[in-house]
Amino acid sequence: MRIVSQLGAWILDGLAYFMALGKIAGRAAYYTFLGPFRGKPLRVQSTISQAMEVGVGAFPILSLITACIGLILAFESAPQLARFGALKYVANTVALSMSKELGPLITAIVVIGRSGSAFAAEIGTMRVTEEIDALETMAIRPVHFLVAPKFLAMILMLPCLTIWADTMGILGGALFGVLKADFTFLRYIQASVDALVWRDIVSGLIKSVIFGITITAVGCLEGMSTGLGPEQVGRSTTRAVVRSILLVVIFDLLYTGVSFGLGIA
Amino acid sequence: MAQDTSIREEPRAVIRLRDVRVCYGDKEVLHGIDFNVMAGETLVILGGSGSGKSTLMRTLIGLEKPTSGQIWINGSDIAAISEDELYEIRKKTGMSFQGGALFGSMTVGENVALPLREHTKLEDPTIEIMLRLKLKQVGLAGFEYHMPSQLSGGMKKRAAVARALAMDPEILFFDEPSAGLDPIIAAGIDKLILDLKKAFRMTIIVVTHELASAFLIADRMVLIDKGHIVASGTKEELRSSVQPRVRQFLDRVPEPDVEGELDYLQTLTEQYRCEP
Repeated sequence: MRIVSQLGAWILDGLAYFMALGKIAGRAAYYTFLGPFRGKPLRVQSTISQAMEVGVGAFPILSLITACIGLILAFESAPQLARFGALKYVANTVALSMSKELGPLITAIVVIGRSGSAFAAEIGTMRVTEEIDALETMAIRPVHFLVAPKFLAMILMLPCLTIWADTMGILGGALFGVLKADFTFLRYIQASVDALVWRDIVSGLIKSVIFGITITAVGCLEGMSTGLGPEQVGRSTTRAVVRSILLVVIFDLLYTGVSFGLGIA
Repeated sequence: MAQDTSIREEPRAVIRLRDVRVCYGDKEVLHGIDFNVMAGETLVILGGSGSGKSTLMRTLIGLEKPTSGQIWINGSDIAAISEDELYEIRKKTGMSFQGGALFGSMTVGENVALPLREHTKLEDPTIEIMLRLKLKQVGLAGFEYHMPSQLSGGMKKRAAVARALAMDPEILFFDEPSAGLDPIIAAGIDKLILDLKKAFRMTIIVVTHELASAFLIADRMVLIDKGHIVASGTKEELRSSVQPRVRQFLDRVPEPDVEGELDYLQTLTEQYRCEP
């Protein structure tokens, strides 16, 4: 009986959390897409600086990680492919797994580590120092002022980063192709491009937008719900990272599952 | 319709609280607060730590929603109005937070200019002039390009007051204006509050536990204890009060024994349960 009631409580908590996420994302979307037409202008300056931080700042580390992953993928798949005499398909394997799955996912995880955590820490600190309350007493809506620029920066930059991650992964794979699989660089790239269809790339980009919304909503919500005291900021930050990764993977699974079910995967 | 008659009875009350109760979870922390704040007066809400005075302040500025009761600010019940209407009322009130709550990523000048940039269509040069004026009013002329982290505690509070004054509010709230400051700086903040009162005839509400400061700046006082108002009146009325709890607070007598604190904890946890 107790297990059932505990389970019920968890489910209710989970639902409440999803509602809160939906609310913050919905409001941010309102201030991003509808607000400018209703006398609540977009914060261009703030959005640009967030985009620089979220997007441009992540380029070096993301490049390194995805190039390594492309290379690892090639290493891991080559022996299996070679058993069927299909080593030349290593380019296809790397290109498809990067653009459909690993590009968006690795990008999301890197951005969670760099920016999702930073959102929670920034807003959490502002909560603790009463800056969020101060915004409200000045009749400035925290979601408009703080969340909407992050939201827009994220949904603009995450697809860009994802495309870049796909490219770097393919280049990582190319290193293997050229050194170990008798490809010339150009032929490897050609093989990768031939393997990809638009649908794969677009599906990766749709995922990246979903991930971007998730990361912003979780990071900002955890920041906003920071308790009293500086130690709570650390807790919020940790929670933001853990929950973002979990939700990104769950949404990835749902998206992929639905696509598979609809026969478009 | 009872509200209408009371408006006629007290035409000058800018803030009226009627039976305001606030719950955190199932714990009630404010047990039916009633008082009025008249236009142009300085009301000090006095109370010890855990008395509920900070909750009362947060409720007054709409950061906390009362569980029941009404809070009328200039004729609108802020517990019942929509969020948009609440934000409109907030444009006419200013709040100075305990730690200043200045935005660390902006200069002092940008902090003060923020409400003006958000809510007015003033040109940059006009805003520049206004923010210099506000900073001068609080004795911080020339500090507009400093970052908040470069300011001392007292200066941060002054800057926060300048920001609260930016929109020329009708009502100004202060949360613990002298907490954490040395006596001289604290006296300076008291003087600033008195100057503002004299210069602008503003309605000022101050939450504090500092007796000296309270008796210096107040026109009227409300003493709050364990979520109840135990006394209210002018300084003289409070000073001559014979109520034991008032005397204990004003004469700074410690709680008699630990049992008292246990009782206090019990009242917090057992009595005054809120209906879920």
